[in-house]
Amino acid sequence: MPIPSGLINLIMKLTLKIWRQENATAKGSMQTYSLDGVSPDMSFLEMMDVLNEQLMEQGIEPVAFDHDCREGICGSCSMFINGEAHGPDRLVTTCQLHMRKFKDGDTIHIEPFRAKPFPVIKDLVVDRTAFDRIQHAGGFISVNTSGNTQDANAIPIEKADADKAFDAATCIGCGACVATCKNASAMLFVSAKVSQYALLPQGQVEATDRVLNMVKQMDEEGFGNCTNTGACEVECPKGISLENIARMNREFLSANVKG
Amino acid sequence: MSSLLSSTILRKVAMALSGIFLMVFLLQHFVINITSVFSATIFNQFSHFMGTNALVQFALQPVLIGGVIFHFVMGFVLDIQNRKARGTRYAVYKGSANAPWVSRNMLISGATILAFLGLHFYDFWVPEINYKYIEVLPEDPNRYHEELVHKFEDLTRVVIYVISFFFLSLHLSHGFASSFQSMGVNNKYTPTFKSLGKLYAIGIPLGFAFIAIFHFLNH
Ligand code: HEM
Ligand code: SF4
Ligand code: FES
Repeated sequence: MPIPSGLINLIMKLTLKIWRQENATAKGSMQTYSLDGVSPDMSFLEMMDVLNEQLMEQGIEPVAFDHDCREGICGSCSMFINGEAHGPDRLVTTCQLHMRKFKDGDTIHIEPFRAKPFPVIKDLVVDRTAFDRIQHAGGFISVNTSGNTQDANAIPIEKADADKAFDAATCIGCGACVATCKNASAMLFVSAKVSQYALLPQGQVEATDRVLNMVKQMDEEGFGNCTNTGACEVECPKGISLENIARMNREFLSANVKG
Repeated sequence: MSSLLSSTILRKVAMALSGIFLMVFLLQHFVINITSVFSATIFNQFSHFMGTNALVQFALQPVLIGGVIFHFVMGFVLDIQNRKARGTRYAVYKGSANAPWVSRNMLISGATILAFLGLHFYDFWVPEINYKYIEVLPEDPNRYHEELVHKFEDLTRVVIYVISFFFLSLHLSHGFASSFQSMGVNNKYTPTFKSLGKLYAIGIPLGFAFIAIFHFLNH
């Protein structure tokens, strides 16, 4: 497709330094690629698609990366771009990041999310099933769907609590908090999941076991210790607040006291 | 204790509690020291009391030393674990984009304080122990102010102290508010705690620096 003349001087040429790793056990390294014809209107993933087309034409194995919804809701597009999870923009995932955030001639470093509990599978694809295991440990409520279940809307919930629970529930499990944290701590993710239920009456029944089990699983996976730097909150595409971590710490302490 | 070592949150709470304990101690230390600026008599009275009271000497002092050791050992342990949790390091990591320097370098500011504590013990604690328990010299309730002023005649020492207080300030400017968050306190008072934290983190080290400089200039 010919490029409209007005756009022609906006088209960017980029140098990409990308982590390439054959498989989980192979030793990876940063590889350099040059990419021309990048429009500022492209999303970051579209830019990656263009790169992969070019690589395939050259007979080079395309870069493996995770993606699904491409609209900021599935949380799969994990990429560490120029030293930041999901790149330089705020409150967006990589699929929502646009190339207008970069300039012609830029060098862009693209790495997988790094944490011991997120091992690289291939190139930029990491295994985030540690999050699933944490969820399985307690991130649910057991509701008997016998037909006599009480209508959730019939249970009055304070507006402020409902809002906070909804905010916590917007966590998409992307792992940016872990990737960003200098300690690879998963506290923001786990605290969002704990808070979501802790704030609602439906979550009370299993509250004690939930926080103990989820934190135990988090620790067993090998995530680091939170030092309250607040980097997670800044890089989280959903703006999950540090308040949730404090809430989880309270829940955890009182659950330990209750035993 | 085993759960303390296996649970990330309990480790953090222990870190916070020991940090708060040290901050309370530091405030007390400051209140006594500042008296040296305006009254040698009051300073001597306080110091004589602290130096000879059995509760202070044989209960509070060991607890304090234990608290300091616990705090920095735990600090190092947490840091080693946290480095391990990352695994492969990033080629490019832009920490400054999302977190202040002080919060990312508690180990550096902490290690500087530790080095300072070594000097500080050598300056005051070792001679005290020597005076009281090794040579067992007769107690002179008026000796303290003179000993203090004598230490700060040396410019090098004053400079090292002032630099250390600067790092203490950095450590506390993150540590104060951080310890509340670690213990689960994050509510409508958090902005107040943060302001109080800034006040403490600047005020106390600045005050200590003032005392050192004051005695240097007035000896
Ligand atoms: C008078 C001396 C000290 C005071 C008053 C003090 C105070 C504090 C406070 C209040 C915290 C925050 C606790 C939390 O957020 O959980 C903290 C954390 C920390 N301190 Fe200290 N500290 C002192 C000395 C030291 C020393 C000697 C070290 C040696 C390495 C050290 C290393 C650390 C580390 C690594 C952290 C953890 C960082 C974090 O969790 O944010 N501190 N300190
Ligand atoms: S807390 Fe934010 S950064 Fe962490 S997994 Fe959830 S959405 Fe992603
Ligand atoms: S691809 Fe689903 S959030 Fe980016």
